[in-house]
Amino acid sequence: MRRPAITDSFKYLKLFKHMPITDCSAYEIRQKITAGELSAPEIAAAYIRKITAANQRFNIFVHFEPEEIMNRARRASHGPLHGIPLAVKDNLCVRGEPTTCASRILSGFRPPYNSTVIDRLEQAGALLLGKTNMDEFAFGSSCETSCYGPTANPWDRRCAPGGSSGGSAAAVAARFCPLALGSDTGGSIRQPASFCGVTGFKPTYGRISRYGLIAFASSLDQIGPFARDVRDTALLMNAMCGYDPADSTCAQQPVPDYLSGLDKDIRGLRIGIPREYFPPQLDPEVNALVRAALAVLEQQGVELIDIRLPHTEYAVAVYYIIAPSEASSNLARFDGVQYGLRAAAHGVSGQSLLDMYEQTRAQGFGCEAKRRIILGTYALSSGYYDAYYLKALKVRSLISRDFEQAFAHCDCIATPTSPTTAFRLGERLNDPLAMYLSDVFTISANLAGLPALSLPCGFSRALPAGLQLLGKPFAEELLLRIGHHYQQQTSWHTQSPPEA
Amino acid sequence: MPISRATVEHIARLSRIALPDAEAALLTGQLDTILRYIEKLDQLDTASIPAMSHVLGLTNVFREDMRRPSLAPEDSLANAPAGDNGQFQVPKII
Repeated sequence: MRRPAITDSFKYLKLFKHMPITDCSAYEIRQKITAGELSAPEIAAAYIRKITAANQRFNIFVHFEPEEIMNRARRASHGPLHGIPLAVKDNLCVRGEPTTCASRILSGFRPPYNSTVIDRLEQAGALLLGKTNMDEFAFGSSCETSCYGPTANPWDRRCAPGGSSGGSAAAVAARFCPLALGSDTGGSIRQPASFCGVTGFKPTYGRISRYGLIAFASSLDQIGPFARDVRDTALLMNAMCGYDPADSTCAQQPVPDYLSGLDKDIRGLRIGIPREYFPPQLDPEVNALVRAALAVLEQQGVELIDIRLPHTEYAVAVYYIIAPSEASSNLARFDGVQYGLRAAAHGVSGQSLLDMYEQTRAQGFGCEAKRRIILGTYALSSGYYDAYYLKALKVRSLISRDFEQAFAHCDCIATPTSPTTAFRLGERLNDPLAMYLSDVFTISANLAGLPALSLPCGFSRALPAGLQLLGKPFAEELLLRIGHHYQQQTSWHTQSPPEA
Repeated sequence: MPISRATVEHIARLSRIALPDAEAALLTGQLDTILRYIEKLDQLDTASIPAMSHVLGLTNVFREDMRRPSLAPEDSLANAPAGDNGQFQVPKII
């Protein structure tokens, strides 16, 4: 056997050392910092250069202040994420920083407090880069309902990055940051992760404190991470999870060390394949890529079994009653009194208070936000409540039971994340129902409160596709472990867009 | 037709959103399409199915009723479109 010459190894080392910081994973950056090769301000400067040069092409960051980033880098605490750049979806409160949910109605709002996740990540030393674009109030699947205009998919700028956390997914794909935060109410982390070829994770309902996340649908919302790979996802999860008395829905469950769980054995695990997630309308290339990914896992010793989730076809209908109903209530607080926009000519004198509310909300909310508030108000209104909202809560029970019954036979469930790869910008914007149906495979996890992970699993016509793994409540460690084993055998997650 | 233009206008008023005529017409058509899709839930008999109130079966969370630090009044008011004398200011109500 030929041993590599010493000069070869040196060449490799040198190459690694000169690899741009922006190409490193969070884990690699941590190693370089620990080894004293890099400092937080050096990292900050490299990312500021990259983002300043390329942000306009993709419209990813909507609030980005280089001077403030350098200040943060100089005083970053020396925790496990010291100096590692992080992008944050614009619906998470950061003290003193613009936080607008990509909506005109919150223009100028700077929260007087931090989200709990931001507090925890700052304590861990993470370097906050700025706020990323999103669908207005997370209402959308394409990032097109933002008041800042759409974000472009780094793999093809004619395509949507997915949504609603499209800016955070695109930020990781474009190498603007190794780590990002999103929120997922019906697929808003996983679908953009799939469209942008990155790893995205929605943990169990209640796993991560939502204090400081501007609420969309309180029975469904969950904060979660984006990263290039599962190892970085685990690194970020370790710093985010845990009980928080400030969020009464936050679970009092022990938090395992997700990083050290990654290498545990996966042989003998049973993965359920629900036939309802492989319908005839599924893009044939996406189908082939997901089947190939399952074959990779099978080679690693997992057992694939057929399961049924018979109420899957009702998930979108249930979701579009429950989510808008809750949103209509949560968004009642945006009325021009405490923060954000107040309609012009409605200072303190003049017309009535009611008129001020109606004009402020008419001017401040975009089309999709109005559509959802009105749909939700309708579903909750007297005379329609039983037919819509109560009916939806009952079918939600049936969907949740489907999963309980399936998990009696398997440890996790594998599906495509989305039935297609990224669609074109503008393609579905004027057809709300077509847009809603793009979440058909991601919504059920939110309705049942389950953890779900999206992993890059290949390319169809140069656009990434995603494999989704769903687990039992609080089975985060198992999902990350299976995902990590998959990424040890594949290189889809290491690909970067040609323009990045 | 599951929803009429008049109902949409009434619901918009309940939602405190001023809705110009053109928007009301467009929205009525879109909501009609969405509600027709949602009607597929009627295929299921749910008479004996309980409504799901919480995914993890969490019940009430209580804490001691104790004084705790909170935001300073000037921080609470810092984002207000109009404020005066430590209070949020709104158009005249009465």
